[in-house]
Amino acid sequence: MNAIIAEGLTKTFGSGEKAVKAVSGVDLSVDEGTVVGILGPNGAGKTTTVRMLTTLLPLDSGRATVAGHDVVREPQAVRASIGLSGQFAAVDENLTGRENLWMFGRLYQLSSKEAKKRADELLEQFSLTDAADRPSKTYSGGMRRRLDLAGSLVIHPRVLFLDEPTTGLDPASRLDLWDVIRERVSGGATILLTTQYLEEADVLADRIVVIDQGRIIAEGTADELKAKVGGERIEVVVHDPDMLHRATEILQRGSGGQCQVDEHTRRLTVPSTAGSKGLVQVIRDLDEQQVDIDDIALRRPTLDDVFLELTGHKAEEKETKDDQQSADSVATQGGAK
Amino acid sequence: MTAVQTSPGELAPKSAGLKQVFQDTMVIAWRNIRGGLRVPDTQIYMFIQPIMFVVLFAYVFGGAIPVQGVNYREYLMAGIFVQTMAFAVAPASVGLSDDMHKGLIDRFRSLPMARSGVIAGRVISDLASQFVVLIIMMICGVIVGWRVHNGIGPFLGGVGLMLLFAFAMLWVGALIGLAVGNPQVAASAGLIWLFPVIFLSNAFVPPETMPTVVQTMAEWNPISAIVAAGRELFGNESIIVSDAWPMQHPVPAALLWCVLITVVFAPLAVRKYKAAASK
Repeated sequence: MNAIIAEGLTKTFGSGEKAVKAVSGVDLSVDEGTVVGILGPNGAGKTTTVRMLTTLLPLDSGRATVAGHDVVREPQAVRASIGLSGQFAAVDENLTGRENLWMFGRLYQLSSKEAKKRADELLEQFSLTDAADRPSKTYSGGMRRRLDLAGSLVIHPRVLFLDEPTTGLDPASRLDLWDVIRERVSGGATILLTTQYLEEADVLADRIVVIDQGRIIAEGTADELKAKVGGERIEVVVHDPDMLHRATEILQRGSGGQCQVDEHTRRLTVPSTAGSKGLVQVIRDLDEQQVDIDDIALRRPTLDDVFLELTGHKAEEKETKDDQQSADSVATQGGAK
Repeated sequence: MTAVQTSPGELAPKSAGLKQVFQDTMVIAWRNIRGGLRVPDTQIYMFIQPIMFVVLFAYVFGGAIPVQGVNYREYLMAGIFVQTMAFAVAPASVGLSDDMHKGLIDRFRSLPMARSGVIAGRVISDLASQFVVLIIMMICGVIVGWRVHNGIGPFLGGVGLMLLFAFAMLWVGALIGLAVGNPQVAASAGLIWLFPVIFLSNAFVPPETMPTVVQTMAEWNPISAIVAAGRELFGNESIIVSDAWPMQHPVPAALLWCVLITVVFAPLAVRKYKAAASK
């Protein structure tokens, strides 16, 4: 059973010479109860795709069903089955946390009493009880995101859309929110989340869809994608250029992979499958052989690496000219602090 | 309850529809009022500004602006009421552009609520706050010497007219707010053109003192018709020496203006809302 099906979605903003294709032919199918992560840089068309699937934006072409309902023909039925938590916390900042959740409950057509009860549960579940009766403008960024997320869960939605749920949060709040999202995952809802962070997709999603310039360019599990870009690597910068050769031998012996050498920066890069253990071993070996090093690190592939591998350009490079930019920036002016 | 035999599939969504529109509108109106009252701007707008205008005009300008043959404070009050009702443009434009700006409209649109609820809720809450403002001003007016001379019927008619005018102006505000989409810009764009329009009327001084061209503009200004109608309904003295039709028949003219403004601006605002919301 597919909770989300999309076929050939396209969306163009503007017309004539200024026309920008934000989404050009996206196909998706998401199994019930799974988490799919849409990974891509700013302006790749992630938000536009989510806005089309959540009935906020008409489709130019293609078709989509969410929770079994056609987004064009049965938008109200779609809305009654989904939760949407946006990139920029869309809660009413003059209302308290409790009032916000009550309001969302009412607009999801719960009775006043049900909405009240549900608000209490969610406040508890999202550790907002202490702040429940303060206007949400006094909340920290992380609290506001939690409230926004809680607002999208008022009805136990069958399909939950999380549009860049942690963008702009500090690392601690990000980890905190990941926990919250993971707990929800066990609740059995289907989740579609968009993110710019490979790590986030890795932690949260069962399957990752990589999108660039409005097209899907890769699909698979996190492991499959990482395998594509070569997995983890150990990077070493040796102190003495004369030691490059000896260091290269040590690294190749340790990993069995091909070692790349940049003589100019004295940097060596070698694939590693043993994780931090491998790193420790390399440090030991280098030390034994009296190779002095300036720097050593275990590097995990980032979105940049994925992009470099898949598209030949870096994720950020294309940000400036991009399509969705206009649409994104409209949303951006909002709650960003 | 009359039971009409129809297939449940046809009837249920419709009757649920109307009830839902009402309910959703009230929820949105509730949140506008509840949240709005926590904002200092709104508190000043609702409780300080009306008192300030009454007192300022009555005591500061009151002595300096002699209007031949009438009690200026009585003459003035309808003008101030109308001015403040016209200011309904501000909360409507700022409120809607703020919701747009912060992404709340998107949140609302992703919920299974009545589509019209957001705008209708805004209209209801702003109308309610304009009503409170009007009551505060009338009480202040009575304190500074304003009186109603025509009995309860015309008085209530006058109150109704003021609210009808506020209702019409709300749509103008809604259109401005949705068009500019930024609360700061909306705040000034909503009011900047209103001041000359209000001063170019009979609100504070009789148009007869103005140069001919300006006088004609003032006589045909919708504000003048509504102010004149207010004076007539409240039974406040005014000297109308103008032959212009709206000045001779202020109540029908005022009603016509309110209807005209609403008929023009309400559909434009709704269209703008639909367009702006699907970007």
